[in-house]
Amino acid sequence: MPGPLAGFFEQMGRFIQMMGRVFAWTPRPPYDWRELFRQMVKVGVNSTPVVLLTAMFTGMVLALQTFSVLSRFNAESFVGSLVALSMVRELSSVLSGLIVAGRAGSAMGAELGTMRVTEQIDALEVMATDPVHYLVVPRVWATTIMLPLLVALGNGVGIFGGYLVSVVLMGANPVSYVNRTFQFMQLNDLLSGLVKAAVFGFLLAVIGCQQGFYTTGGAEGVGRSTTAAVVVASIAILISDFFLTRLLF
Amino acid sequence: MTEPSSKTDTVKIRIRDLRKSFGPKVVLDGVNVDIVPAESLVVIGGSGTGKSVLLKHIIGLLRPDSGTVVVDGTAVETLGNREITEFRRKFGMAFQEGALFDSMTIWQNVAFPLQRLTKMSRGEIDDRVEECLGMVRLEGVSEKLPSQLSGGMRRRVGFARAVAHQPEILLFDEPTTGLDPITTALIDEVILDLSDRLKTTTITITHDMESAFRIGDRIAMLNRGKIIAEAPPEEFKRLDDPRVQQFIHGRAEGPLSEETPARGPSDSRDDLGEKTGESGIPSRS
Repeated sequence: MPGPLAGFFEQMGRFIQMMGRVFAWTPRPPYDWRELFRQMVKVGVNSTPVVLLTAMFTGMVLALQTFSVLSRFNAESFVGSLVALSMVRELSSVLSGLIVAGRAGSAMGAELGTMRVTEQIDALEVMATDPVHYLVVPRVWATTIMLPLLVALGNGVGIFGGYLVSVVLMGANPVSYVNRTFQFMQLNDLLSGLVKAAVFGFLLAVIGCQQGFYTTGGAEGVGRSTTAAVVVASIAILISDFFLTRLLF
Repeated sequence: MTEPSSKTDTVKIRIRDLRKSFGPKVVLDGVNVDIVPAESLVVIGGSGTGKSVLLKHIIGLLRPDSGTVVVDGTAVETLGNREITEFRRKFGMAFQEGALFDSMTIWQNVAFPLQRLTKMSRGEIDDRVEECLGMVRLEGVSEKLPSQLSGGMRRRVGFARAVAHQPEILLFDEPTTGLDPITTALIDEVILDLSDRLKTTTITITHDMESAFRIGDRIAMLNRGKIIAEAPPEEFKRLDDPRVQQFIHGRAEGPLSEETPARGPSDSRDDLGEKTGESGIPSRS
């Protein structure tokens, strides 16, 4: 089998194996709530500023773009609906996923990678502690929980960004803009975005941990794992986004 | 090829025809050795001769390509994931560079096996951690992080962590490399005391011949993936195998220096120099 293809299947196999181990270990005690909480702070709270900043500017630029396009059809009044639906259904979850992959997924790759090459993972195993249980399980669930919360915040901030641009810059009527924003939105739109976010969070954490976990080759290897954690997770998010969208709507 | 020299009925660890390759590189090429309870075995050999790989097979961190490691009647390679976790309770292992958890303080590091492997109360753990750190002459560092200590101190913490839960079997991967002679002597004494007083079975990997003769009930030399010599210290010194003599006396010239260098990429999970190191062992003997 040619190299790249073999590499792909190896990665795939490791990913599935890691996922299986996470599910197998999750229900088993001891439950490390403190570590889960620590990771939630690390992944969620610390990513909040950059996620909100992104959401804000995405909402703003969306308003600019849709205004310019919709005005050609004399449909400027729909800017609010379009911005809100785009943010909630698609952009907030995908962009937050990519950012958290870059921020937290890479950190997981680097941290676990370093632990691997300095034999800390071996040391855990020696002390009768399963490294997946101890290291990977809290990271995966922390990310799966926190990403939807980040996305929910991002939704609000993005919509607000769109409102600012439309009302302040484009002179839209504030009341009718707000009405339009929520006129066509259904609960399903909101939920599907959050479900996607949870899946992205799960994927990026499993991939980040898996890349770190199987690191070989010292410091250089840690660098490779960190890069791979971001690249593979980003691709996984974009591809799974398509299939999830197809499935959820 | 020497046969295991143990004449005792009870064997704590029995290793038979153990083979392991990483990619094209043969690291262990049929290792046979028996270790009796409370014995202190020292394994010597050049860099990259698979000493660490041997240790990792005993504790089940690596699985053999063929051959077997039997500890207390249990074949390690047959254990499933859950059984092996139980099995490892009887072991303590000190890693080459300490392998301390760098997000934890020294106290947390040494307390880790106690919290995970024993039912000790917080107070008992406190006492035991202090005692173990005292054993390696490290006081007042409990609240520090590993990154705030020197390499030698980290190694000593790793040693304290390995012995903390009083395991039946201790594996030491170069416990004294890079330590000053006084600390080395100290660590040697602790190892001796553990096997004398607590009847702990210890396997120590070292390059330090002085230390090897001091702590070993028996010394085994690993070369090209095989045990080429095995004897109690006094006897070992007198072995006329030129490879053994070259190693003991640290001569640059000799049969050990004529080995073929490694071929093929180093492809093991362990990447810290020595195990997968320079002088790989395309085996032919």
